[in-house]
Amino acid sequence: MIEFVVVQTLNGIVYAMLLFTVSVGLSMIFGLMGLVNLAHGSFFLLGAYLALTIRGLTGNFWIAFFVSPLVAGLIAIVLERIWFTRFYRRTHMDHVLLTFGFTYVFADIVKFFWGVEIQSLSKPALLQGSLQIFDTQFPIYRLFVIGVGIMLFLLTRFFIARTNVGALIRAAVLDRDMVIGLGFNVRAIFTVMFALGVVLAALGGILAVPITGIYIGLDLEILIIALIVVTVGGLGNIQSAFWSSLLIGIADAYSKTFLPNFSMFLILTIMVVVLVVRSMGQPDVEEQEIQ
Amino acid sequence: MTKETLFLRRPFGASRGGAEYWLKAIVPLALLAMLVVLPFTGIRSNQLSLAAEILIFSMAAMGLNLLVGYTGLVSLGHGAFFGMAAYATAIVAKRISPEILLTFPISILLVGIVAVFVGWLALRLAGFYFLMITFAFTQIVYSAADKWQWLSGGTMGLMIRPALLFGKPVFRSPAVLYYVALGAFLFTWLAIAVVVRSPFGQSLVGIRENPKRMGPIGYHVRRYKMAVFVLAALFAGLGGAINGQFTLFVSPADVHWLFSGALLIMVILGGTGTLYGPVLGVAVYLYFQNWLSSYTDYWMFVVGALFIVFITAARKGLMGLGAQAWKQARSKGA
Repeated sequence: MIEFVVVQTLNGIVYAMLLFTVSVGLSMIFGLMGLVNLAHGSFFLLGAYLALTIRGLTGNFWIAFFVSPLVAGLIAIVLERIWFTRFYRRTHMDHVLLTFGFTYVFADIVKFFWGVEIQSLSKPALLQGSLQIFDTQFPIYRLFVIGVGIMLFLLTRFFIARTNVGALIRAAVLDRDMVIGLGFNVRAIFTVMFALGVVLAALGGILAVPITGIYIGLDLEILIIALIVVTVGGLGNIQSAFWSSLLIGIADAYSKTFLPNFSMFLILTIMVVVLVVRSMGQPDVEEQEIQ
Repeated sequence: MTKETLFLRRPFGASRGGAEYWLKAIVPLALLAMLVVLPFTGIRSNQLSLAAEILIFSMAAMGLNLLVGYTGLVSLGHGAFFGMAAYATAIVAKRISPEILLTFPISILLVGIVAVFVGWLALRLAGFYFLMITFAFTQIVYSAADKWQWLSGGTMGLMIRPALLFGKPVFRSPAVLYYVALGAFLFTWLAIAVVVRSPFGQSLVGIRENPKRMGPIGYHVRRYKMAVFVLAALFAGLGGAINGQFTLFVSPADVHWLFSGALLIMVILGGTGTLYGPVLGVAVYLYFQNWLSSYTDYWMFVVGALFIVFITAARKGLMGLGAQAWKQARSKGA
């Protein structure tokens, strides 16, 4: 029994770490720029496929691990500068629609370059093998994912809470116009934030490939759960994104074992309950969120 | 958005007798005549079924347009009502009887009840959060359709038994089905045309433009939203029930959120907040899909790119572009 709980919880945490990498960017981009980026899951997928190609070219997992998020980040910068920047003055709904269009385009680009079959990436030699937890063999790679996830959490947290740029970002979330008024280049902050979010999502994609494999459709699967994480956790906050990733990840791991036919229900119910409860206290939600 | 045109438009505009007057009077009648005689023009049967499909999907799109275009509620769960109605007809036909007087009312009633419940939850919130709840709703319906094998047939979907009327098949030929679709489409179109011109419809526009003010003026905003949400769902349900007779098959893909997303794309492509827009959007989308998917596997890319261009540069859709071109032509002529 204890063994079951430990292993399931660990599996849940592994999933939660992957969710965190996607949802932290989603949450910060939404919180800071008011940009609802439905294409965020596509960057997760893109990161994974780029890693696949780089790994194929160089034969080294670690080069792929470090380079492909940077490539994805560059693509994100170009996209943000050329396209999304036109949309900051428009409504949330226009963002949703625009980025929804991008998920279509991304899906077909990925299909064109990498095909539709499920592909996978073998784990690096360093992280092969598994650890004995009671009677279960738990892959070391998964522990590595947990480690990376926690490290990313601490790093982003440090970046936002302790560095000058982080302080600017926090200030811009609270009062964008004031920060502009103080003479800072908020546009540049937006771009940095956007690229950072994408780099994290791409990193999550790479981490996920050896576990889940990679296929078209995974972008939307992960996007859906990440959106739920963000909705449950609230927007623009790294800590809440982390904790709500944990909640959703672990809930998902357990519900998949106990109620395989209802696994999505549990998570969606959590979200609906959180939303409705949150709306009860504040009759104003309706009005605030319209624009 | 289209504030002026919505508030000021009288049925045939101010310039009675002008070119615009005749255009507005003749075009709908010509289109209607074309739709009525379509089955007799020797049209190929796959083209006729595409036309029927456009009519059917338009009913869902026009309902969605009531939400998105007139009330400012962007729903990502509208397709679920459409697919759910098809599922309901399939299940009732399988378990009880394929009698149309039984399957259609039950499925539409079911859609109405579900819409009341979803609206009760979702309409507490607006904007992004409303979107997320409707989205969660369609995903819940999807997982139910996908997982509840005993009821829905699971991933394989369900065959739908053709509807009977007093023991005789209703849809004996594609033409009959086409006319039923046309009739339901016209009913929906007229109903929505009446709704948007009524004081109720104008209040919806008020809610879209300024929900903060509508409350204090004395409108019960959430009740208005609820009414329009359920109404839109019912139109989608009617379309879905007919579509079930058209495809004779229903699968989880019919309630997937991508279908709701596609409906949203159609409405935006055509032009939100207009009567013709959604129909035009559906026609263009389905025609493109039909045409492109026979040439290339990458039609999603084309649709996505087209959609991005419209959202970026032509937010009012094809109707907006048309109106602009018309205005320019007029000012040149004058």
